[in-house]
Amino acid sequence: MQYNWFDRNLKWIYTMPAVIFVLVMMVFPILYTVRISFFEWSMSAITPPKWVGLDNYMTLLKDTRFWGAVRSTMFFTVAALAVEVVLGVAIALLLTRDFRGKNVMKTIFLLPMVSTPVAMGLVWQLIYEPTIGAANMLLKAVGLKPQLWLASPDQAISSLIIVDVWQWTPMIALIVMAGLATIPTDPYEAADVDGAGRWRKFISITLPLLKPTIMVAAMLRLIDVLKTFDIIYATTQGGPNLATETLNIYGYVLGFQYFKLGMASSLLVLFFALVMGLTIVMIWMRKRMEGRYE
Amino acid sequence: MNKHKKAANLIFGGLTIMVLLLFAFPFFWMLLASFKTQGQIMSTDQLFIFKPTMDNYTDVFKEYDFLKYIFNSFVVALGSTLFALLLGLPAAYAIARHNLQKLGLVILVARIIPGITFLIPWFILFSKLELIDTFPSLILSHMLVGLPFIIWIMISFFEALPTEIEESGLIDGCTRHQVFMRIILPISGPGIITSSLLSFIFSWNNFMFSIILAGDQTKPLPVAVFNFMSYSEINWGGLMAAACIITLPVLIIALLAQRYVVSGLAAGAVKG
Repeated sequence: MQYNWFDRNLKWIYTMPAVIFVLVMMVFPILYTVRISFFEWSMSAITPPKWVGLDNYMTLLKDTRFWGAVRSTMFFTVAALAVEVVLGVAIALLLTRDFRGKNVMKTIFLLPMVSTPVAMGLVWQLIYEPTIGAANMLLKAVGLKPQLWLASPDQAISSLIIVDVWQWTPMIALIVMAGLATIPTDPYEAADVDGAGRWRKFISITLPLLKPTIMVAAMLRLIDVLKTFDIIYATTQGGPNLATETLNIYGYVLGFQYFKLGMASSLLVLFFALVMGLTIVMIWMRKRMEGRYE
Repeated sequence: MNKHKKAANLIFGGLTIMVLLLFAFPFFWMLLASFKTQGQIMSTDQLFIFKPTMDNYTDVFKEYDFLKYIFNSFVVALGSTLFALLLGLPAAYAIARHNLQKLGLVILVARIIPGITFLIPWFILFSKLELIDTFPSLILSHMLVGLPFIIWIMISFFEALPTEIEESGLIDGCTRHQVFMRIILPISGPGIITSSLLSFIFSWNNFMFSIILAGDQTKPLPVAVFNFMSYSEINWGGLMAAACIITLPVLIIALLAQRYVVSGLAAGAVKG
């Protein structure tokens, strides 16, 4: 075997470029955001950043718009995640049966999640259009009153949740389908011998065995749904009347429309802490659950 | 087959078709509207049967300079994917073979952190370097989208390769670097394809980084379409044609490489 300096240090040489990239593009920006969150600055070259301590955080915690964004983020996340998980599992179960055209079905399922969100935002805007949209046509066809959808402060966020459900339920379904394929058949044979019905088998065998897969799928989705930006910004931009302004959108507006970089940064630090915190809780819950099974 | 089972099959079949229609509907609607005139979109009696027009598509290319935006999108998506591969492949190999799992975890964090947290510092940094509205800043930011996919998918791929392959190479007198370049990389096709496709798709779709860092010169498709929605009165046919053009490349990739895309998206799931 040939050993030279390059080869001996290969693992550092191989990882160094990626590590430097991550430091410059990820670690440095995070630290910088934390730092600027203690300053007041509007990116002007004349007035330098002014140290204000915790003022930005204090202002934010007293800001009703901030709490509105917290509420919207929570509502959007919890509702979208719950619907996607239930629907995703149901669809996965529906599609486990063998039927003709199953592969076509899987392909069509893949399309919503790979399509460009901004483009899909446009399409949904046409669907939700109160006078010419397909959504109201459908309501009229079944004898219901037409709605305002995205244009109504009360319905806008639910309308966006429908879009998110359309786009991401397939991901949960595909992951759960992969999980279903790994479930052994013998528990079902034993249940058949005992004369268990379909529902009974689902509750006592399928669901418990599927629980870890569902948890993972839900966790992956949670991380992303908290950060939903494209669909919201491309359709309502946080409106009407701030009804769909999530933390992500408010942070963006503070930073790049009002140029309150300090305030925006303090919001982003809190948002960052929220996302990381929730992720860590989810990982911890999953570890505990796995521990119980062992 | 008894009657009971037949009825159950019918119900399942019906449900399946309903689910399919619901998920496919927006695409169908987009495609239909892209071939309609504004008048046809406005009138409810020409929903499915109408005289199709190509005007929306010719408008998009003639009036809005769409070719330029397509070019921009390709440069950024290809560039960021290539550079992310360049950084990611060796790193993933070292992580997989030398048990540097902690490092892998740090890179996964990039997927968890809200992208908007990076934007203010990037904006300040790239403004100072006069890199706003240039391809380098866009490619660098999009690399942060692709790199976690590439590293995570490739770690599991390299881990699954038997170590005997490397050992035989070393016995034949290759250096470790040569083993990686000449033996490992050539057999890593499937993993590289999967991770590159995902990196490409998510860069192509990216909106948040581009809307801040791109300008008139480098604007990729999502930003371009978003802009001409907010400036003009709503020309639905044109917008739908634009939406079709943006979505087409990713749909083609998804259709041709379905297997890879699914396994790539699920890779995060398996790894957790």
